[in-house]
Amino acid sequence: MATEILMPALSPTMEEGTLAKWLVKEGDTIKSGDIMAEIETDKATMEFEAADEGTVGKILIAEGTEGVKVNTPIAVLLEEGESADDIATASAGTEATADADAKAAPAASAAPAPAPPKPAKVEEPDWPEGTPMKKQTVREAIRDAMAEEMRRDDTVFLMGEEVAEYQGAYKVSQGLLDEFGAKRVIDTPITEHGFAGIGVGAAFGGLRPVVEFMTFNFAMQAIDHIINSAAKTLYMSGGQMGAPMVFRGPNGAAARVGAQHSHDYAAWYAQIPGLKVVMPYSAADAKGLMKTAIRDLNPVIFLENEIMYGKSFEVPAMDDFTIPFGKAKIWREGSDVTLVSFGIGMTYALEAAEKLAADGIEAEVIDLRTLRPIDYDTITESVQKTNRCVTIEEGFPVASIGNHLSAYIMENAFDYLDAPVINCTGKDVPMPYAANLEKHALITTEEVIEAVRKVTYR
Amino acid sequence: MATKKAPAKSNASCEDLKQYYRDMLLIRRFEEKAGQLYGMGLIGGFCHLYIGQEAVVVGLEAAAEEGDKRITSYRDHGHMLACGMNPNGVMAELTGREGGYSKGKGGSMHMFSKEKHFYGGHGIVGAQVPLGAGLAFADKYKENGRVTFTYFGDGAANQGQVYETFNMAALWKLPVIFVIENNQYAMGTSQARSTSTADIHTRGAPFGIPGENVDGMDVLAVKEAGEKAVKHCRAGKGPYILEVKTYRYRGHSMSDPAKYRTREEVQKMREEKDAIEHVREMLITGKHATEDDLKAIDKEIKEVVNASAEFAKESPEPALEELWTDIYAAEIPQA
Repeated sequence: MATEILMPALSPTMEEGTLAKWLVKEGDTIKSGDIMAEIETDKATMEFEAADEGTVGKILIAEGTEGVKVNTPIAVLLEEGESADDIATASAGTEATADADAKAAPAASAAPAPAPPKPAKVEEPDWPEGTPMKKQTVREAIRDAMAEEMRRDDTVFLMGEEVAEYQGAYKVSQGLLDEFGAKRVIDTPITEHGFAGIGVGAAFGGLRPVVEFMTFNFAMQAIDHIINSAAKTLYMSGGQMGAPMVFRGPNGAAARVGAQHSHDYAAWYAQIPGLKVVMPYSAADAKGLMKTAIRDLNPVIFLENEIMYGKSFEVPAMDDFTIPFGKAKIWREGSDVTLVSFGIGMTYALEAAEKLAADGIEAEVIDLRTLRPIDYDTITESVQKTNRCVTIEEGFPVASIGNHLSAYIMENAFDYLDAPVINCTGKDVPMPYAANLEKHALITTEEVIEAVRKVTYR
Repeated sequence: MATKKAPAKSNASCEDLKQYYRDMLLIRRFEEKAGQLYGMGLIGGFCHLYIGQEAVVVGLEAAAEEGDKRITSYRDHGHMLACGMNPNGVMAELTGREGGYSKGKGGSMHMFSKEKHFYGGHGIVGAQVPLGAGLAFADKYKENGRVTFTYFGDGAANQGQVYETFNMAALWKLPVIFVIENNQYAMGTSQARSTSTADIHTRGAPFGIPGENVDGMDVLAVKEAGEKAVKHCRAGKGPYILEVKTYRYRGHSMSDPAKYRTREEVQKMREEKDAIEHVREMLITGKHATEDDLKAIDKEIKEVVNASAEFAKESPEPALEELWTDIYAAEIPQA
């Protein structure tokens, strides 16, 4: 049957074009791949190739014609044994097909997309009442969590710079090489982009990698694999495969290490659908959340902090304890103001709360623990009670976690607010080296207290 | 015909040769159809066709065994068809429909098949190289004897992560074959204008990775080189580099006017080096097939491709609920 050749779309945005020149004439025999015409789009002149073989029966649009709409018939191609007389009948048939195709072409639907499903709220305590506790540093808690999960699942392995023989640049992987051997505790060369990609590939291939970055500052070299390869693949594959793995390491400022080693990436990673983001404060949370992170079927960003590594907390002495993602912890109940923080920001929040209590201001202090998912309900419930909120984080002020929470509270608890929400953040400057400047570049407890006085008008 | 390598040098049987003809023709006809559907607005966005390069992936698939893995860039339709993925599912993904391999959520550049061990479909140039080494890392860890074919282009060969990966793959003796599909143009920039060395396969030498040049317009030469590389990897000797010299007839993507090379250059490759014509001639002159046999194959392929286009048009758009699925995994996808 004779087929109509239609004006092609030759770029993602083309709707019409100029048929600049015909390179074939009526009666020519053509085969697939032959260049038939030159077509001008808004960007360039393109060569248009034949996709079928046959004889050019009729040219319908003369060369030089401008504004030819995509899908307009421009010529008729005859198959072996057909003549130009067949054209009339063929057109009738193919027009109908072209019409059907046009209808089949996807049109952006006006119907609103359904909202994402809401996760169920978890109400259980983190560990049973009466559980014996032991003192442990955050460093030891993370190490124990990894060791316990490596004992439990032999597809879990740790890779990164200095994680094995050196026992970890910050000694977080102390003892793991001895227990698990070089197959599962792997020193990598200094090559973040490369080993992050290998880690993601290993996760695609069925393993459960824990990739350590000596600091998340260095993960900037690897961020393409974290975002484009790890976070998006499950979606892009229609659910067929993803990257069940953990990216972990210290994040944010340590002490006087300068601008390139002090960045807090909490807000960056929290923006990415497909990632889960954890930023623990206490040792118990670090342990319980790390175990959950390793078991999770998705890529998890686990943001630790060098200053917090050496801090000790009570950790439940249990064989196996995990803390679910998306469940904030209320460290201190209060009725006058809600302080929301996470990670090392909690040290300022808790210290400010103590000092404010001496002045008769009772702050409720919430530790988000995970930034994706975020436990919005706990924040809303608290703000409904206190009517005031201050957020605290060390990261930069623009597009911070606090900014996001302010917007959320405004949308969902506006009528309960008695004062604007204040975001306490690090300053909008690269981290300076000088000790006095660095102190001011970070948040101070005084700034938190000041913010609380502002929102409580006291 | 410039190339007249006798099939005697290969261990391929006449039936094998016919199969390669069929596999290469399927890719070419499929891609031509995809180009047509793009022209009709049924396929959107970026669409990178594999026309001209068919012998590379068909030759290497002939060297692969069940369970071996493959991963490639965004010019991926040929790789999917060659590893046995269903043309209907591939075409329906191109049209962004429910019946596509990624339910319409991935598109031309992002398709996957756990069943066929095809790990994508990656849109960031060079990213598939460490990912492929990671797949090989997993296989070595599991000691399952599998190898991974990691395909990338001459353009990607200038990305730093490729050399980070070469280093670790050699250091850890990962069973990965780095297949450099050198089609001589990194989008619009020729190799001479972008790459300091003429022979990209020698870039593995400082890492101790053997590499060789392969005529990518000769499916049997590709197969033979692939078998050698596979043997090397399965013997636990670490990675291997194949620089397969090939040529893409079409532009980089559908919207590329390809002004960086002459029409004569393209015509010359098509007329003198075409991989499908090469096999066709071997089949006819060797009396392994008659013109009628080949016509029957052509007809059969045309039907498969037309059916895939019909399926891709008929398959509905994904339900709006799909917007919110597959962001997070709730259970382990089956291996």
